[in-house]
Amino acid sequence: MLALLESLRSQLVTMGRVLGHTFTRSETVQYPEQKPYLAPRYRGRIVLTKDPDGEERCVACNLCAVACPVGCIALQQGVNDDGRWHAEFFRINFSRCIMCGMCEEACPTYAIQLTPDFEMCEYERTSLVYEKEHLLIDGPGKYHDYNFYRVSGLEIAGKQKGQAQNEAEPINVKSLLP
Amino acid sequence: MATISIDGKHYEVEDGSNVLEAVLGLGLDLPYFCWHPALGSVGSCRQCALLQFQNADDDRGRIVMGCMTQVTDGMLLSLSDSRAKAFRADVIEALMTNHPHDCPVCAEGGECHLQDMTVMSGHRDRRYNGLKNTHVNQDLGPLIHHEMNRCIACYRCVRYYQDYAGGTDLAALGSHDHVYFGRHEDGTLESEFAGNLVEVCPTGVFTDKSLVHDYTRKWDLQSAPSICTACGVGCNTIPGERYGRLKRIHNRYHHEVNGYFLCDRGRFGGGWVNSERRLRQAGAQMSDGCFAPLTQEQAVQRLQTLCGADSKLWGIGSPRASLESNWMLRSLVGDEHYCPGFGPEQDALRAVMTALTEGGVATATLPEIEAADLVIIVGEDITQSAPRIALALRQSVRNLGLEQAANLGVQHWQDAAVRNIAQNTRSPLVEWVSASTRLADVATKTLTLAPTDIARMGFALAAALDEGAGVDGLTADQTTHVVQLASRVLGAKRPLIVSGCSSHDASVVYAAQALAAAVARRHAATRVVYTVPECNSVGVGLLKGTHKDLADVVAAAEAGHIDTLVVLENDLYRRMKKEWVTRLAAAVPNIVVLDALETSTCDAAQLVLPVASFTEAEGTLVNAEGRAQRFYPVVSDVGERLPGWQWLRLAAVGRANRSDLETLMHLDQVLEAIAAEQPQLDGIRAAAPDASYRDRVGLKAARQPHRYSGRTAMYADKTLHEPKTPVDEDAPLSFSMEGESHALPSALRSFVWDPGWNSNQSLHKFQAEIGGALKGGSAGIRLIEPKGQPAPGAYSVPAAFEPPLSGWYLTAQYRIFGSEEMSAHAPGILAVSAGPTLILSADDALQLALAADDGVTLITADGSVDCEVTVDPALPKGTVGFVVGHAHLLDLRAGETVSLEKKPGLMRRSEVIASDGVRVYG
Repeated sequence: MLALLESLRSQLVTMGRVLGHTFTRSETVQYPEQKPYLAPRYRGRIVLTKDPDGEERCVACNLCAVACPVGCIALQQGVNDDGRWHAEFFRINFSRCIMCGMCEEACPTYAIQLTPDFEMCEYERTSLVYEKEHLLIDGPGKYHDYNFYRVSGLEIAGKQKGQAQNEAEPINVKSLLP
Repeated sequence: MATISIDGKHYEVEDGSNVLEAVLGLGLDLPYFCWHPALGSVGSCRQCALLQFQNADDDRGRIVMGCMTQVTDGMLLSLSDSRAKAFRADVIEALMTNHPHDCPVCAEGGECHLQDMTVMSGHRDRRYNGLKNTHVNQDLGPLIHHEMNRCIACYRCVRYYQDYAGGTDLAALGSHDHVYFGRHEDGTLESEFAGNLVEVCPTGVFTDKSLVHDYTRKWDLQSAPSICTACGVGCNTIPGERYGRLKRIHNRYHHEVNGYFLCDRGRFGGGWVNSERRLRQAGAQMSDGCFAPLTQEQAVQRLQTLCGADSKLWGIGSPRASLESNWMLRSLVGDEHYCPGFGPEQDALRAVMTALTEGGVATATLPEIEAADLVIIVGEDITQSAPRIALALRQSVRNLGLEQAANLGVQHWQDAAVRNIAQNTRSPLVEWVSASTRLADVATKTLTLAPTDIARMGFALAAALDEGAGVDGLTADQTTHVVQLASRVLGAKRPLIVSGCSSHDASVVYAAQALAAAVARRHAATRVVYTVPECNSVGVGLLKGTHKDLADVVAAAEAGHIDTLVVLENDLYRRMKKEWVTRLAAAVPNIVVLDALETSTCDAAQLVLPVASFTEAEGTLVNAEGRAQRFYPVVSDVGERLPGWQWLRLAAVGRANRSDLETLMHLDQVLEAIAAEQPQLDGIRAAAPDASYRDRVGLKAARQPHRYSGRTAMYADKTLHEPKTPVDEDAPLSFSMEGESHALPSALRSFVWDPGWNSNQSLHKFQAEIGGALKGGSAGIRLIEPKGQPAPGAYSVPAAFEPPLSGWYLTAQYRIFGSEEMSAHAPGILAVSAGPTLILSADDALQLALAADDGVTLITADGSVDCEVTVDPALPKGTVGFVVGHAHLLDLRAGETVSLEKKPGLMRRSEVIASDGVRVYG
């Protein structure tokens, strides 16, 4: 008898909760006339960002490509005259991309970032193949301050050995001092 | 065997080895840096720490270094004890304090031993807040990139470079945390084996410069087992490919051929396959001398017309083409119309073939070379002609010191102790050569003699050992030397005779064979090494039949017996004098050239067909010891190119008498046909598994690591329909990441990788014992085993060398960089191969009154040529050496008499190869 009453109460409470939702504000928006709010960390279209100095952040390390579970990123490394590594080509096949964000997690330079833009419908599937010029944006994206080369020990034009963060002056091997 | 206990489990291990080696051999993980299986232990990095207990009651134990502790029976050890783990974590944390946070821009990343060991030891966050030490990099030349900040001071590089490879220009400089590994100043590393630093360095201090500038991570490289084509040693390699380009060549371990190391020509010389001079499309020469491109179909039609039923067909094969291609050509034209296409080394090579097959003395494997306790080098600058053998010979001279150490109870792997005991003690290594060599620093005696005198020394020593008649007319010094050496030979246990084709003089090889036979009668353990100039010289030499020489081909052409001449992967200008090629071209109505690179011979051809290179085709090569080894394509998209044998198979369609060739669609069928026709080559089928090989789940072996990335984007710019995995019907390997990569026959291993071991240090997971054979068996198969008693062969002592009354006697001198045809097109090799092409003795330079920047005009019967000169004080009087293989010296022949004139102010860089616009990294 007690069990019966208990289950009846449970039923009524459930119905009450469902009915209660009739009076809450609707989450559905009239897309596309009305745009929903998407957080900056929403995982949509992928971009390649630039560091605060306006240089390409991507160093073509291939970590995004290897992290990609669908293998939709392909790139080739090259070296600039100033010593920076860069991607000679950088291709994302968005017809395969599942917007999982693994590439962003893997990126050691904050170069590759996902953006809140998800509106990527195309009539031609080939239009979903983005090359570097389609991916590269001018700003630093979500991470305003990070500049890989200021931290890394690699020498580039304008930053000699010993000039990165937390680096001592290069050692003079010929010195006899302890 | 000893029984040791690790963490309470009992294991059987080799007595006398060190604990680290034993632990790794058991398949357990213990991080290490400074130990290397080929370099032994010095205990400098302190990373392989583990706990040793005195007895079962000892629960405290003590930290010992695995690499410095000898295995003893009943030893109690712990790898997983928290104190050992904490010690290892502390060590790696200390090693990492100055590491420069540049893995994303490091060409070692992803196959970095330091990354692996850091993860294995559990270090993650840098706690040290002080400033990081930094170093300025050096420019180490066009082959090696230097990034000193990444160094963890394990000392492997200098131990390899100085102690193992005999280099003198890389050292540990400075002290304490200022220690710096580099040269005294910027400059190209002098050692011919410097490239191994790329694999020896456990981090990214030394990396492959061409790879740094066109980088692909190890996990993205499509690889296949391959064989180096840069000389006759046949080192096993792993070429790595991405986007259709060869990115790098790494060593593929074969304990009997090349062990852990390659020479720089092998490592950096494969770049020619990316050259702008590669033939990409078939072409037919038009009346204006230009070539009209043909499709593959048109080319085949054209080829079939030229090789039609009533056409008188001749063929010139090539010692740098695969056995299959040569055999197919020989079958197409008939053996009486086939010429193997050997160059000036032909007589010496024939002598080597006789010595190999009938000499009755076994050829040394790599461990046997390293174990030799007496080496006699007969007329061969081995560092230039078969570099990997020279590196092994450098190890052989250590044997006396190792023996001394063993007598004191010091194990061979105690590297520092052994070298301390040995000091400058060296096993005898005697060189009889025609110019100074790079082995002189470890040689007991280097005699520089003219080639005929070298032969006389060989015969004299052979006679001394056989108590025979001897050789008349030796100088007093030479006689003393022979007598002394004879007694040393009698005292030796494992003597080794090294000779080869480099002198282009058959008498030198005859002498070596006679000497080897005489020594072998005294010691059953006698071994020989004969070098040959090209990757398949021996393979082509093993083909039996009534083959013709190039001179016969020219004669036949001029007699009008040739309608069509098929030239297979051979630049005739490198084989015979220009005038002869011109005569041949004029006399033959149709010449078909099949080659991978555009050569001068192509200009004489009516039809040029593009041939797949060693990275694009499968084939078999037979190395200088007679070992047949298979190479497999790493590139799937070969465009219009076909393997040489495929073109020739298609050519056979119209030949009524050889229409059977047409049915040989697959390599395995070709191999079977070769074996059926040439019983001495029967073994080639067993050199590697055939195309029907499947692993335990029914798949072929994988060419791609399981992390191969970008599959759905690599070709998305061309098509969104992801292409089907290319099918390789000929090979037991697939162009895919699916398939076995562990339990494989060694001949099919495309890369080494094991969980937690991303670098090539994972090799020990695939070895049956550390430094020994691979679990998957020995790749390749020896076709030549010694038969019968040691035979002295052709025993004709040449007359003593007399300097020409007027002029100079030419001797052939090989150079590791530049003498070999194909590798000279690789950008890195091109950059280091420039240099003087003529070698003069000091007296002659004085006689010609040459100043430092003067050159010489060399005058022969065929004409004259200006050469840059280097002076070699040891050069025998009356001789002048020329560098083989340089474009403007191709018409010179060893043994010719030439005259020289001073050419003031000549500082011309040698024209090895016209630059083809390929970027040279400097």
